[in-house]
Amino acid sequence: MLEVRDLSTKYVTRYKEDVYAVDRVSLKIEEGKTLGIAGESGCGKSTLALSLMGYYFPPLHYISGEIIIDGQNITGMKPDEVRKSILGKEIAYIPQAAMNALNPTRKVIDFIGDVIRAHDPTWTKQMIYDHARALFERLGLPAEVLQKYPVELSGGMKQRTVIAVAVTLTPKVLIADEPSSALDVTSQKMVIKMLRDMMESGFIKAMIFITHELPLLYNVADDIMVMYAGQIVERGTAKQTVFDPLHPYSKGLMGSILVPESGLRSAKLTAIPGAPPNLKNPPPGCRFADRCKYVKPECRVTSVPLYEVGHGRAYRCILPEEELRRAYEHGE
Amino acid sequence: MVNKGNPCLSGRGVTKIFGFGRHKTIAVDHVDFDFHEGEIVSIVGESGSGKTTLAKMLLGLISVTEGEIYFQGKKRDLSSGRKKQEYWRNIQAIFQDPFSSYNIFHKIDSVLLDCIRMRGGGNLPREKKVEMMTEACSFVNLKFAELTNKYPFELSGGQMQRLMIARIFLLKPKILVADEPTSMIDACSRATILDYLMKLRNETGMTLIFITHDIGLAYYVSDTIYIMEHGRFVESGSADDVILYPKHPYTRRLISDVPKIYEEWDLSTV
Ligand SMILES: Nc1ncnc2c1ncn2[C@@H]1O[C@H](COP(=O)(O)OP(=O)(O)OP(=O)(O)O)[C@@H](O)[C@H]1O
Ligand SMILES: Nc1ncnc2c1ncn2[C@@H]1O[C@H](COP(=O)(O)OP(=O)(O)O)[C@@H](O)[C@H]1O
Ligand code: SF4
Ligand SMILES: [Mg+2]
Ligand SMILES: [Mg+2]
Repeated sequence: MLEVRDLSTKYVTRYKEDVYAVDRVSLKIEEGKTLGIAGESGCGKSTLALSLMGYYFPPLHYISGEIIIDGQNITGMKPDEVRKSILGKEIAYIPQAAMNALNPTRKVIDFIGDVIRAHDPTWTKQMIYDHARALFERLGLPAEVLQKYPVELSGGMKQRTVIAVAVTLTPKVLIADEPSSALDVTSQKMVIKMLRDMMESGFIKAMIFITHELPLLYNVADDIMVMYAGQIVERGTAKQTVFDPLHPYSKGLMGSILVPESGLRSAKLTAIPGAPPNLKNPPPGCRFADRCKYVKPECRVTSVPLYEVGHGRAYRCILPEEELRRAYEHGE
Repeated sequence: MVNKGNPCLSGRGVTKIFGFGRHKTIAVDHVDFDFHEGEIVSIVGESGSGKTTLAKMLLGLISVTEGEIYFQGKKRDLSSGRKKQEYWRNIQAIFQDPFSSYNIFHKIDSVLLDCIRMRGGGNLPREKKVEMMTEACSFVNLKFAELTNKYPFELSGGQMQRLMIARIFLLKPKILVADEPTSMIDACSRATILDYLMKLRNETGMTLIFITHDIGLAYYVSDTIYIMEHGRFVESGSADDVILYPKHPYTRRLISDVPKIYEEWDLSTV
């Protein structure tokens, strides 16, 4: 459904410096699947999401790579054309904190109208309303919401509305960037249920779900990709990444999970000391080297490739799988 | 169970009502509490349950409609500007939305320099100030050298939130109220920050009050947990009692709605 090959993008800052936020990322999502993306703040998750849509405007710039959505290669398409024929139709993006960015002076129906008219200005008010009603019904949201202003909605309802607006044109791929991180647990559950239902009914064909909340990701994603400093460092099924992480960084992430299950209070969280490298001039070798407790001199020499270990599983570390597993088992 | 220190912040019948008549909202409804010196307390509840309103009353940012707040055993007195300033030297906050907490026209250096000034370090030499700011940044895994000369909107959400915690490191208050302090931080930095906040508590005896909907976090860090629903505390007690043996149905529901790793997360119950 979505395939990305060796995509690299950068930000150009006010000081004309390049920030390499996405570095040769490849991914593939089959129809009906949800890909989860995890990683710490600033590792490039949101930038990857933006880059995936092929819609570039300053400060974000395309460097190289290919994006293929449902067989259509959109690499090199003009921004105008991407906006007209790709955004919202082929692939839709729900930005992080979108629900707090809604214009407070407009009603929900107006947001839907905007989306529709951006693609086809000939739609009448009535057509838009009918479409919106049907959409809300399909997604299990009350139609009254259409006539409300954002402030009149609870956080959970606002977020579900944002999702509904994003899928107005029934995109094939939906990218949800931290869609529920600001919500309390019950609203989060409703948002997740709505997304899950959209996937199960085939309303959307594939989803990318970005969050740093691993327990949540574990529950929504089929596959999980872990990013670190602009690169993929691990990829596998949700189960593999959570219960059998290979990359030392993924291992560290898994050790930071907080779920209210007995044993948590006595378990020590494994905080990973240090900070990720500056993406203006990333180190030549392994980008995690400064924070890795298994670091060897060789790690810092040349860039570490992503090793494929079969069945779509891959990790970016010079140590063999077995050695890593042994190290983790023998306790840190 | 930790040995509880002296109560440093207590409340009796604390209530906040917004509006009048038909538009009346009872945001906080007659709550009683005793937070002790050096204690880590979490107030857990859903959005709209009144947590932030309570936090603002604790901080003296809004008035209390009914009831009393006691600071270090005495009725709190915020009747003059000078008394407020004195109180705010003791109690500080980290707020929910990192984006709204900064003046977007002020560079990051000035945000941190303000903290140094508030602690009376305004006349320190520039190198000393830079050293303090660098230390504060590295405390939360940020690199000061990379932040200097930047504006807050050039940071990612998580970076901005960590910057807020760097401020506290410089301010070192007696009581810290953290309203959803880690809701936008990734799990990994969250572990780091929690560790550091706890370390700061161990060193300074600071009282930490977490206001959160993150039950896992509350369980991990707290000595005591208060569960808030519709402005009231429906359950409180030691973290183990409240989370492992919840009595109130509301507490039970909250716990069951959290996505888990080892137990199944049942989506059919919403
Ligand atoms: N407009 C911008 N100009 C320059 N650099 C930027 C800009 N936006 C983000 N960056 C940088 O790009 C990198 C990736 O940021 P991005 O927002 O994609 O991270 P993220 O993984 O989504 O983080 P978070 O979990 O905090 O949302 C960071 O180093 C960030 O500082
Ligand atoms: N300034 C205000 N004016 C009127 N109502 C308010 C105000 N602040 C909060 N409320 C109301 O008080 C209740 C509790 O809100 P809040 O303390 O923000 O909850 P929480 O932090 O737990 O999400 C809500 O019903 C909210 O709408
Ligand atoms: S390549 Fe070396 S530094 Fe990088 S993760 Fe592996 S062991 Fe650690
Ligand atoms: Mg992001
Ligand atoms: Mg709040």
